[in-house]
Amino acid sequence: MAKRPDLLPGTLDMLILKTLTRAPLHGYGIALSIKRLSDDVLTVEEGSLYPALQRLLLQGWVKAEWKMTETNRRARFYTLTAAGRKQLGLEVSQFEQMIEAIGRVLSDAQEA
Amino acid sequence: MNPVYRFLKKLPILFRRTRFRDELDEEMSFHRTEAEKAFVADGMSPAAARYAAKRQFGNASALQEQSHEVVGFWMETVVQDLRFAFRQIRKNPGFAFTAIFILALGMGVSVAIFGFVDAALLEPLPYAHPDRLMAVDEASAMFPRSNLSREDYDDWKRLNHSFSSIEAFGGTGFLLGTSSGIVPVPAARVSDGFFSTLGVKPMLGRGFLPGEDQPGKSRIVLLTYGTWMTRYGGRRDVVGQSVTLSGDGYTIVGVLPREFVFAPRGIAQFYVPLLDKNGCEQRRGCHNLDGIGRLRDGVTVEAARSEMQAIAAQLAKQYPGSNQGQGASVTPLAEIIVGNVRGILLTLLIAAGLLLLIACINVASLLLVRSESRRREIAVRGALGATPIRLVRQFVTEGLLLATAGCLGGLLIGGWLMTLLTRMVPKGMADYVPFLRIVGLNGHTALFAAAVALLSAILLAATPTLRLSFQDIRVGLGEGGRAAAGRLWRRLGANLVVVELAIAVVLLVGAGLLGQSFYRLLHVEDGFDTTHLATVQVIAPDSTYGNNQARAILLYSEIVRQASALPGVQSVGITTDLPVRCNCNTDWIRIVGKPFHGEHNEVDLRDVSPDYFATLRATLVRGRMLCASDDASKPQVVVINEALARKYFPGEDPIGKMIGDGALSPKSMRQVVGVIKNVREGALDDEVWPSEYFSIYHGIDTSFAVAVRTAQDERSILPVLVSTLHKVDPNLGVYGEITMTDQIESSQSSLLHRFASWLVGGFAAIALVLGVVGLYGVVAYSVSQRTREIGVRMALGAQRASVYKLVMRQAGWLMLAGVGVGLVCAVGASLLMRKILFGVQAWDVPTLAGVALVLGSASLAASFLPARRAASVSPTEALRAE
Repeated sequence: MAKRPDLLPGTLDMLILKTLTRAPLHGYGIALSIKRLSDDVLTVEEGSLYPALQRLLLQGWVKAEWKMTETNRRARFYTLTAAGRKQLGLEVSQFEQMIEAIGRVLSDAQEA
Repeated sequence: MNPVYRFLKKLPILFRRTRFRDELDEEMSFHRTEAEKAFVADGMSPAAARYAAKRQFGNASALQEQSHEVVGFWMETVVQDLRFAFRQIRKNPGFAFTAIFILALGMGVSVAIFGFVDAALLEPLPYAHPDRLMAVDEASAMFPRSNLSREDYDDWKRLNHSFSSIEAFGGTGFLLGTSSGIVPVPAARVSDGFFSTLGVKPMLGRGFLPGEDQPGKSRIVLLTYGTWMTRYGGRRDVVGQSVTLSGDGYTIVGVLPREFVFAPRGIAQFYVPLLDKNGCEQRRGCHNLDGIGRLRDGVTVEAARSEMQAIAAQLAKQYPGSNQGQGASVTPLAEIIVGNVRGILLTLLIAAGLLLLIACINVASLLLVRSESRRREIAVRGALGATPIRLVRQFVTEGLLLATAGCLGGLLIGGWLMTLLTRMVPKGMADYVPFLRIVGLNGHTALFAAAVALLSAILLAATPTLRLSFQDIRVGLGEGGRAAAGRLWRRLGANLVVVELAIAVVLLVGAGLLGQSFYRLLHVEDGFDTTHLATVQVIAPDSTYGNNQARAILLYSEIVRQASALPGVQSVGITTDLPVRCNCNTDWIRIVGKPFHGEHNEVDLRDVSPDYFATLRATLVRGRMLCASDDASKPQVVVINEALARKYFPGEDPIGKMIGDGALSPKSMRQVVGVIKNVREGALDDEVWPSEYFSIYHGIDTSFAVAVRTAQDERSILPVLVSTLHKVDPNLGVYGEITMTDQIESSQSSLLHRFASWLVGGFAAIALVLGVVGLYGVVAYSVSQRTREIGVRMALGAQRASVYKLVMRQAGWLMLAGVGVGLVCAVGASLLMRKILFGVQAWDVPTLAGVALVLGSASLAASFLPARRAASVSPTEALRAE
C-alpha cells in the first residue's frame, strides 16, 4: 500500500466541521466525504474520527441525532451548530495564516 | 470552552454510560457495514470485504476506550483504582484487618485525648469575651494566689482603673428543709455585678441588681438550672416564691441558664448576694472571698497586675496590721480553671501522638513488605503500559483507603474512649471540671481526625511509592533483582523499626516515671493511719449553736458518745478540717519572745476534739495531747506539729512556750503543751505546713467533720454514722460521708496522677507490642529473603550456632540503636514533663534501666523465632527453592 501523508496535526476537527457545512452527515459519511474531496489523499482514521466527534459534541460545536439513511438504516447524523460555524471560521483563518507563513519560509529557502 | 459547561455536558454521559457505549457501538458497526458495502461494490468478495473493513477499522474496544476517555471523567479512573484497592483488601483480609485495627487504635487514642484537650484548652470558657476575664486575688509569701478579704475587695473595687468591674464570690452552705429531712446544700455568695461581668443572663426572672449585695438588703436567691429542675420540677412560677435557707426566708428572683457553669464554685446549687458581713468579713485580715474582673479595653494583664499590686502596697501601708506582705495577683480566669490539667493533658496528647506515629510506621512497614511481594504484579502492570503515575496513584489510593477506614474506626474508638474516660471521673470532682461536659465528637475533633487521617494516608502512600520509584520494572519481572531491592528495603525497614523502638522507649519511660509518681504520691508520709477511718461532714444550724458555747460543747460530746457506742467503733474524733484536704483555714501566729516585724507567719489551724489524735493514730513527739479537761474553764493550750516546732523553735524545746496573734492580744495567747509528728493536712503533692491544733471546746464551730476509727470494714459504718448523727440532732446537715482511703484515692492530685499513669501506661504497653512486632517483622522478613544465602553458608559448613548469631546480631543492632536513641529522647521528654512528676527525677536510673531491660528482652524473644527458623533451614531445600 502506498504511503499516504498523515493529516496535519490539529486539522481533523477543522476538516470535520468544514464537511458538515453542506449537510448533516454520519461518521462514515464524514470519512467518505473527506476522502473524496481530497481525491483520496487524506484518509481519516476511524481511530481518531470517533474520539474527535465526541470532543466536538462536548464542545458544543456539533449536534448529534439518530436518523434514517437513504438505505433505511439507523445512523447518528452530526449537524454543525452556530458555535461550530464560528469555530470553523477561526480555525480556517488560523490555518491559512500558518500555511502562508510556512509558504513564505519555504519560498525564501528556495531563493537562497 | 467553559469547564463548567463541559462538566455539565459530561455528567449525563456518566450516568448513562451503557447507553453511550451502545450508541457508539451501533455507530461503529454502521460504519463497518458501509465500508464493507463499498469494498463489495469495488469488486471484492463479501468475506474479503468484511476482513478489509475490520482491518481498516482497527481494534473496536480500543476505539471505544479512546472515545470514552474524551467524555469520561478523570474521577472514573480513581473509581477503578478504588475498586482494585478493595479487591486487594478482600484478597488479603488478614492484612487489611491488622492494618486498619492498628491505625484505628492509634487514631482513636489520639482523637480521644484531643477531645479532652479541645474541651479544656481550646474551647473558650462559656462567658462573654472570656479572654478579658481575670481572676483577681490577693497574694502572700506562702500563697501566690490567696483569698480576698471583703474590706480589701471594697477598696480594690473603688480604687482600680484597669477593670470595668471587679466582682467577688465565696462559697457557703445552707441547711435546706426537704421532705427527706434537713440536707446541707452548697451555695455561693456573689457580689451584685457577678453575673453581668461574666455575661450570664438568667433564663427566667432577673439577675442581681446594682446595690442588692449591700449589708441590710433583702434576701434574694438565684437558682441554678439543676436545682430548678430537681427541687422545683422546672416550674416557671418559682420566680417570686420564697425558700427557707438555714432558717432565713429568701425570695427566688430568677433561674440561671442550663449551660451556666462556674468551675471555682462548681457544686453551688443556690447563688445569693453577699449581703451582711459575716464574722470573718468584719476583719480586713480575714480572707474568705475570691475575685473576678473584666479588663477594660486596651488594658493588658501586666498593666492590670501592676496597678493592683500598687493598690495592695498602698493598703499595706495604710493597714500594716492586716495587710503587710499582702500583694495582688491577676491571672486569666481560664488559667485558674484549666491550668492544673494543662500539663497532664499536653503530656497525654504527645504520648497519644507518639502512639499514633508508631501505629502508622507499623502499618507502613506492613505495606512495604507487601509491596515487596507485589513486585511482579507491579512490573506486569508497568509492562502492559501502566504509567508510573498511575501505579503511584494505585498505592496512594490504597493508602487513602486504609487511612479512611482507620479514621472511621478511630472515631468509633475515640468516641467510646471519651465516654469511658469522662465516666471514670468521680461525680464530686466532675463538678469542678466543667469542660468534661463538652468532651465528645464535634467539629473540632472531626477536623482533627481528618487531619490525622490525611497525614497517615500520606505516610502510608509515600512508603511503598518511595520503594517503587527506586525500582526498575525490568528487574521486577525477573527473579534476579531480589538482592538489590531486598537490601534497599532492609535499610528503610530497619530504620523504621529503630524509630518504632525509640518511640516505645520514650513511652515506656514516661509511663514508668508517671507510675512511680503515682505510687510515691499514694505512699507519701501521711503521719497517721489512713485505714479503717470513716469520715463525715456536719453543718450544725447557727440558730441553735452559733451563739451558745455550752450547747455546742454538749453537741460535740454527745456525737462522740453516741458514735463511740456503735459496734466496732474504737474511737471518735472531731475536727474543723479533715487531713489530706488542703493547706487552708490558716492563722497568723507570733511567738512570744521572738523578734517580730509584722510578718505573716502562716500556719494551718484546726480545732479538734480531745480524742482526735488518738482516732487518727497520730504520734506524740513531746509533751502531751489535748485532753477533755482543756475546755473553756482552763487557760488555752495548743498542740503543734514538728514542722512548726522546727520552723519557729529551731534547736529549742517548744513545750511551755507561748503563741499568740500578731498583736499578742491576751485572748489569743496559748501555751504549747505538745508536739506531734506531722499529720498531712494539705493535698498529697503539697508541702507539709506548720500546723497548730486548738481544743474545739474553746470555741464554737458549727461546720466540722467527724472521724471514726473502726475495727471492721469502715465503709459499712458510713450509713449508720449518718443516722446516728441525725439521732443526736435531726436538724444537723450531714454530708460527704467517705472513708479516708477513698478520700485520698479520689483526691484531685491522686486522680490526675492515676489518669496520667494509667493512660500513658496503656499507650506504652501498646507501643511495646507494636514495636516488638515491628522488629519481629523486619527480622523475619530479612531471614526469608536470605534463605538462599543461609542455605549456601550451611552447605559450605556453617554451624547452626553461627546462623543464630547471624540473625541475632542483626536484631541486636536494631534493638541497641532503638533503645539507645530512645533513652536519649526519653530523658529529654521526661525533662519536659518534670512538672507533673512527683518525687522522681526525669533521669531516674532504675526506670531507664528497667525499660531498656524490658524492651531488650522482648526484642530478643521476638527475634529468636526467626533466628530459629533460619537455623533450621535445610541447605538442599533452600538452594532448590531458588
